[in-house]
This record gives sequence, C-alpha cells and structure tokens, in this order.
Amino acid sequence: MESKNKNDWPLWEIFIQSKRGNDHKHVGSLHAADARMAIENARDVYTRRGEGNSIWAVRSADVHASKPEDQGAFFDPADDKIYRHPTFYPLPEGVKYM
Amino acid sequence: MPDSQHEKRFQERIDAEQKVEPRDWMPDDYRKMLVRQISQHAHSEVVGMLPEGNWITRAPSLHRKTILLAKVQDEAGHGLYLYSAAETLGISREEMIDQLLEGRAKYSSIFNYPTLTWADMGAIGWLVDGAAIINQVMLTRTSYGPYSRAMVRICKEESFHQRQGYQILMTLSKGTPEQKAMAQDALDRWWWPALMMFGPSDKDSVHSVQSMKWKIKRQGNDELRQTFIDRTVPQAEFIGLKVPDPDLKWNEKTQHYDFGKIDWEEFRNVIKGNGPCNRERLAARRKAHEDGAWVRAAALAHAEKQAKKKAA
Repeated sequence: MESKNKNDWPLWEIFIQSKRGNDHKHVGSLHAADARMAIENARDVYTRRGEGNSIWAVRSADVHASKPEDQGAFFDPADDKIYRHPTFYPLPEGVKYM
Repeated sequence: MPDSQHEKRFQERIDAEQKVEPRDWMPDDYRKMLVRQISQHAHSEVVGMLPEGNWITRAPSLHRKTILLAKVQDEAGHGLYLYSAAETLGISREEMIDQLLEGRAKYSSIFNYPTLTWADMGAIGWLVDGAAIINQVMLTRTSYGPYSRAMVRICKEESFHQRQGYQILMTLSKGTPEQKAMAQDALDRWWWPALMMFGPSDKDSVHSVQSMKWKIKRQGNDELRQTFIDRTVPQAEFIGLKVPDPDLKWNEKTQHYDFGKIDWEEFRNVIKGNGPCNRERLAARRKAHEDGAWVRAAALAHAEKQAKKKAA
C-alpha cells in the first residue's frame, strides 16, 4: 500500500528478466526515493544469485488493475469461443504438419 | 452481497485450494491474522540479523566472514519480501516498523538469546534456520498469494544458511578438544530454544484452529516440531554431538523420536520481554532507525529536487 505519510519513500513494483529473450516477470515490490534507487535496490534484493539481467521498476501508484469482483463477467467473452482453439478443427487422418 | 455470502464463497475458494490475492474480498479477521503473522515474520528476519551481526567482525577467517556477511544480507532481503507481502494487505511499512520499535509487535523469541561464541554461528544456521525452513516450506502452500510467493523465494535462499551452519559445527567437532567442547556447548544452549520456535503445543495454541481452517497454516506446531527433531538428531549424531535431552530416544512403534518436556515457562517469559537480550535487540533497532532518519529525508529531498528540475 502506498503510504499516506509524505515522508515515506514511494512504493515500486519490480519486474525482472531472467535472461535475454524472456519476459520481464513481477517479483515483488520495494520502497525507494526515486527510480534509480529502486533499480539499484532491486538488484541488491532480487538478483543476489544471478536471477536476472534486466530490471524494470514501476511506481505502484501507476499500476491499474482489473477488478477481482467482476472477474466472471469481465473474462466471460473468452469462455464460449471454443473455435479459437486449434482442437476445434478435426483433421483427416492423412493430413500432416498442421 | 451480504458478508455471510462473501464469507461462504471465500471459504469455498480456500477449500478448493485457490489462492487469495490482495484485491479479493476477505474476512477482516483473515486480514488481521495475516498482517500479524507476516509482520512478525518480517520483524524476526530483521531482528535476526543482530545475533549474527555480532560475529561478522570477529569471524575466524576472511572466508567465514564473507559467508556470514552474505547470510546476514539474505536475512535483510527476507525481511523486505515479507514487509512487502504484508503491505499488500493495507498496512504501511512505517506502521509496522513503529509497532516493532515501540515494543507492540512480537518477533521470534529465539533472537533474544545471546551469541557467546563462534560456534553459535554454526548452531544458528543449522538449528534456527533449519527450524525456520521446516516452517517456511509449509508456508509456501499458505492460502494468501503474496505470502506464499515470498516464502518460495525465501526457501530457495535458506538452504545455504543451514548448510553453512552445519559446516561450521562439523569443522569444530573435528578440531581440538576445546573446539569440540565449544560446538557441544552451542548445541546445549540452542537446542531447546530451537524447539520452542514452532510455538506452543497445538492444544494450547490460540490461533491454530482458525489458521488451519483458512489454510494460512497447513500443519500443526507439534507435527512440524516432530519433523524437525526426526531430521536433526541423526545430523547431530553424525558429527559426534549429543542432543541435550536425557529423554530423547527413537520409538520403533511410532517411527519418531520421543523427547523430553519443553520449558514453556521460559518461552512465555522471553516472549514477554524478559529474555537475556530483548532490551538490547530493540535498542539496536531503534538506534539504527533513528540514525538512518537523515538519510531517508535527504534521499527524498534529492528525488524531489531532481523531479522538479526535470519538469522545468
């Protein structure tokens, strides 16, 4: 939670890419006065054993999220579209490489 | 939706082994129980740096010193993971730190015992971290997502802590008679407090039933303690040290070790603040917090100044 006290350092969400080519993945959060400190502290706490080679730091206050209570209705459109999956289309026996 | 309906759904989700995430509806008492447990856990990691910090400057070799430094740095990181997990429940970092410094929050009673010799670094790694691992492996399956994720991260780092401790005692026990005696003395002093780390027996534990129902805890205190004893006794025998419990013996029927009575009076007394080092530990934390105040203020002022410059 972002503190209401102005004297506290803001909260940052930290994303680490474990190796080149992979996605950046959320690993946790930390407090820091600015972006540079957030990235340096993230290196010290989240990559002590070679867990990453790239770090993103995002102010927690800037993250917008979907609402868990609407989860059902919100994700509903994906549920009934089975034709989006390849298994919807049976192939004849002899057809290969598809 | 009325609360009773919410609560029913919540329990169904828990029973179905679905994790609870920060923005989900949850009972107030679930939130409170988690804030209490996670913040206590975080405080334990942070206060836990003090007994070992005591030996960094006096480690017997540069090799041991670098290892101990790395371990203590890990504990700071573990404190951070846990504070972050607690913050997702709506409590601020500042509030938790205040609770600790004002003596309103608890932390693991084990850290109120002094570290008198180098062998204590071995005993702490082997026994204290060993006990913590058993508890924390169980907690990787806790129902609250952020707590569970923090535990996974911590468990990955913790096994080096236990091994380095065991290695310290193994080395001492192969040394001179004085060194071996030092190792035995450390085991004698840390064994019982380590067993107390799992908390009171389940039948005397106030929060156990609800905690298990909400799957915050997944196993009882007694079961975890027994696992610890069963694993640790053979490790002690292997390096020729004797567990200081005359009643300890293998029970062929139960396939577990029977062990002697734990002095719960001592446990309650240390929790209440009367352990050998309670005052010293809190005084050290307060001093560190106060001494760092100007750094926190300066960093923030610098960040604000830079932000203004950039905007201009």
